[in-house]
Amino acid sequence: MVGVIGRNTLDLVSRLGEFAMFVVASFRGAMGARRLPRRIVRAFYEQGALCLPVILIVGIFTGLVLGLQGYYVLSRFGSEGLLGALVSLSLVREMAPVLAALMIVGQAGSALAAELGIQRNSEQIVALETMGIDSHGYLVSPRLLAAIIVFPLQTALFVAIGLYGGSLSGSVLLGVDPGIYWSAVDRAVEMADVRECFIKAATFGVLTISICSYYGYNAHRCSTATGAQAVSASTTRAVVLSSIVVLAVDYAITSFLV
Amino acid sequence: MAAPLLQVSGLRKSFGSQEVLSGINLEVQRGQVFTILGPSGAGKSVFLKCLGGVIAQDAGEVHFDGRLLSASNPASVADFRHRCSFLFQSNALFDSLTALENVALPLEQTTDLSSREIREQAMEALRQLEIDTFASRSPSQMSGGMQKRLALARAIVTKPELVFFDEPTAGLDPLRRNAVFAMIARYQRQLAFTALVVTHDVPEALVTSDRVALLEGGQLRFNGTPAEFSASTLPVVTGFRDSVEALGNTLAALQTPEK
Ligand SMILES: Nc1ncnc2c1ncn2[C@@H]1O[C@H](COP(=O)(O)OP(=O)(O)O)[C@@H](O)[C@H]1O
Ligand SMILES: [Mg+2]
Repeated sequence: MVGVIGRNTLDLVSRLGEFAMFVVASFRGAMGARRLPRRIVRAFYEQGALCLPVILIVGIFTGLVLGLQGYYVLSRFGSEGLLGALVSLSLVREMAPVLAALMIVGQAGSALAAELGIQRNSEQIVALETMGIDSHGYLVSPRLLAAIIVFPLQTALFVAIGLYGGSLSGSVLLGVDPGIYWSAVDRAVEMADVRECFIKAATFGVLTISICSYYGYNAHRCSTATGAQAVSASTTRAVVLSSIVVLAVDYAITSFLV
Repeated sequence: MAAPLLQVSGLRKSFGSQEVLSGINLEVQRGQVFTILGPSGAGKSVFLKCLGGVIAQDAGEVHFDGRLLSASNPASVADFRHRCSFLFQSNALFDSLTALENVALPLEQTTDLSSREIREQAMEALRQLEIDTFASRSPSQMSGGMQKRLALARAIVTKPELVFFDEPTAGLDPLRRNAVFAMIARYQRQLAFTALVVTHDVPEALVTSDRVALLEGGQLRFNGTPAEFSASTLPVVTGFRDSVEALGNTLAALQTPEK
């Protein structure tokens, strides 16, 4: 029993160490990489443009629901005027960074893990290395660098569209005065909230894209399957673990910054 | 004799309890075409991958141009990678890039050439292998033989000094097979690279190689000139020759209509 726990703990620690080295190698790879800007633009496209629809859709519905729920809760206390504050703070401090990250993981992270897994399987990654091309620098660095920018941008967009959704359900449907809604938004959100929002978004970006890259890159070392099944298992694991990490780290950052 | 370009000593590799390579010693002189023959599963690909640093050997040393290749000496490995290239048995083409981009990639990522020079050199490599009309196709839209030639183009575009060929003719029709060997021999002379080829095409190998070796049972059982190989009476060599010949006869028998 003790042996099993000990072995699993050691396993976990060595895995974490390996993951940390992977991330370090990927950031360091950016320094030697050639034509990096072009690769970053492509990563922007993957994480930005391709994820835009899902961010917009989830953002508007989140705002709509927040507006509805917030209105019913607040109207019990006769303080519908605070609806803007409730919607904006919920979005900025929690919902937008978390949901945007989860959506990008679902769209771009899974694609990334599968792509790297297939590239590993068909020896493309090995081929890069034998050509003297740093596979971290070529495949992972641009995506990590893009994530630092794209996740906060997507989050900001999520907030904006969510606020709009909140005003749709709160003002247009339920009759809260738009002026009151927007001025409550304006008064509620402070610089510290925005900073927390962006810190969260960038952290989630680096963590989730690293995790998805790591699992795809190491698909050949999947312990439960080989070949195509290893790619699918690695992709699944990457998405599940990324999602858990987003929620856990969200809690950690919130408790740390509040 | 001049110092060898590639020197391998005591190379061993096991997977679990299966010992695939049990102590390989080998010297490849500059400018040679060195061919390693061996039955399927003998460990030829594993051997090349150990040399290329793709998989780590358990024991043994590899020297390239007099310098030891080891993980603790990244500069020598980087130099080696810069001056060598690799043709994979599986081709390992980048399937989301076009043919031209595949060939251009090593130039883009490892040289300071301008985009125009890169494009020209990549097109030239495609032209040499007669696949320049497919430059904008994706590898998945090409036949097996064309993919092989594309992989070859990518391998020679960086003007390497040493090229590792893992079964360059696998999956090719007999005509193309001859063409590939002829090409290796021609470019080998033209670009003056050294070639380490792994194959089971015995007749072609004997014509184009300067030296042949036979890998069997994890060791090099024979290492000599093609003439010596043909004349050898070593049991392993005659056994291998006979098995290849027997296969040829079987195929011939299948083709001749029964009386
Ligand atoms: N990654 C690996 N893990 C375990 N065994 C392997 C691996 N790669 C090759 N082998 C084994 O090594 C032996 C030699 O394989 P290989 O070098 O591909 O043969 P060939 O001479 O046909 O190229 C085979 O028995 C194969 O099963
Ligand atoms: Mg092989």
